[in-house]
Amino acid sequence: MTEEPIIKLDNINVTFHQKKRTITAVNNVTVHVNRGDVYGIVGYSGAGKSTLVRVINLLQEPTSGSVIVNNETFFQATDENAKKTIIGGNALRDRRRKIGMIFQHFNLLNERTVTENVAFALQHSPLKDEEKKAKVAELLELVDLSDRADQFPAQLSGGQKQRVAIARALANDPEILISDEATSALDPKTTNQILALLKKLNQEFGLTIVLITHEMQAVKEIANKVSVMQDGEIIESGSLLEIFAQPKEQLTREFIETATNIDKAIETISHEALVHNLKDNEVFARLSYVGDTTDEPLITGLFRDFNVTANILYGNIEILQETPVGSLLVILSGESAQLKAALGTLRDHHVTVELIKGGQSL
Amino acid sequence: MNQWFAHTFPNVIYQGWGGDTGWWTAIVQTLYMTFWSAIFGGLLGLIFGIGLIITAPNGIAPSKTWFWIFDKIVSFFRALPFIILLAAIAPVTKIIVGTQIGTTAALVPLSLGVFPFYARQVQVALSEVSGGIVEAAQSVGASFWDIVFGVYLREGRSELVRVSTVTLISLIGLTAMAGAIGAGGLGNMAISYGYNRFATDTTLVATLLVLILVLVVQVIGDILVKRLNHK
Repeated sequence: MTEEPIIKLDNINVTFHQKKRTITAVNNVTVHVNRGDVYGIVGYSGAGKSTLVRVINLLQEPTSGSVIVNNETFFQATDENAKKTIIGGNALRDRRRKIGMIFQHFNLLNERTVTENVAFALQHSPLKDEEKKAKVAELLELVDLSDRADQFPAQLSGGQKQRVAIARALANDPEILISDEATSALDPKTTNQILALLKKLNQEFGLTIVLITHEMQAVKEIANKVSVMQDGEIIESGSLLEIFAQPKEQLTREFIETATNIDKAIETISHEALVHNLKDNEVFARLSYVGDTTDEPLITGLFRDFNVTANILYGNIEILQETPVGSLLVILSGESAQLKAALGTLRDHHVTVELIKGGQSL
Repeated sequence: MNQWFAHTFPNVIYQGWGGDTGWWTAIVQTLYMTFWSAIFGGLLGLIFGIGLIITAPNGIAPSKTWFWIFDKIVSFFRALPFIILLAAIAPVTKIIVGTQIGTTAALVPLSLGVFPFYARQVQVALSEVSGGIVEAAQSVGASFWDIVFGVYLREGRSELVRVSTVTLISLIGLTAMAGAIGAGGLGNMAISYGYNRFATDTTLVATLLVLILVLVVQVIGDILVKRLNHK
């Protein structure tokens, strides 16, 4: 028996009624997150990502749908007018403590020290005062801020503030961490530090992370599953590798482009003399592959077996979840028949071949 | 020195120190009125201000009805000119304190006069506490009262002190009018014994004393704001 997903959002709708308009922020979205996943939800601002994740801890009550976390029904209503089941009051507050959340703007209590900020999350904890103190110290140790314990947020850098926020989110030993654009206000270096910390939490403590962002880079670093959201709907979902290797939707491609810059490379290289003055027996192509189909032997093989030479103009190899995902821009030259056979061999090796210029006869 | 003073400020000397019309009595009356109406009006204003924040559409307990009630009561009392409120409220004052005139009687209109002003000030002060912080508190399972006391009042603390200072100063201004119902005080001294009797020196000294009082409140307020603010 496979384990039930730790977060099950089914057919979630969230609509807001403004004076005369009805705004659908989330439209019939189903997301299942397994225990131990780092689930990335990507989309531009206004896509409904933030609204969607707030449904998990009911900071946002959905209009309809069902929210099941850890096999417990938090919310259930078939449609707007149907009778709804909703967890409330103390029970909800208690469950929220098991779902940590971090934010783009950190949202620390400005008038409290680092220690007090973390302790704030523990005020209803069953721990004794001594244990709470020890817990806070332990958390600050974990996020490497022990030396800042008595400082106020205003005295910290962005990355340090986010680490305090992470310590606070982890105070009640949650099983789930929701990250709402947590790295979007940080510089690239700090972003990587925070992502590394999240990755560590996922790997060492099995923390399930739901990460929403508009930066594909962040998702690429740590997620194992990705959903792409647009206009309140999830338009594409899959494992990180699937999404990166074979994006189906235009928006998904756009996001991947932001992380790989391959389209820009094609654009630039197309203007180069080599490509511009492409000969009849040459093709300009993009080879994409996932996994251990390493480039060297294959390309050497092309020459050995078909007398086809490959001139590599640009290459981008990402290591996603320890699997290489590569994109090469090459000019292949050789006899027409040989070229055709060579491309066939490449395809046989699960290399996606995309002819960008030339090779009309192939 | 004394002679020069007696010569230049004859009416000030005439008023005396103690006694019904004395300076000390006036100072005590002003302080008494300011203090107690700050307590009552302040508490009422704080409750209404918090009410306006939490029942607002983006508050933690949104309620159209309650927001409307808070909002309309505050607006109504805010719209009444104080000098009219002073007179109009007299029957209510009589029920509450047993008399319509005197320093204690003035506490009722003063409290009612200052609370809507303070409520709006509190509303503005607390609206500066970011919704994100409130949301973060909710995400760690904070209760309603945790958020009211631990987030709104705590995070808004220095802003609250700042608006309290402003309110206190405007309250001192209101006490000056309370003389109209026989409440005494420095304002009454300046008008009844100074202005009305062409005793310019009395008006001047009474004004100076009010200014000193305002200045003291302002300085203490500023120091507190600075000390409490960690933003």
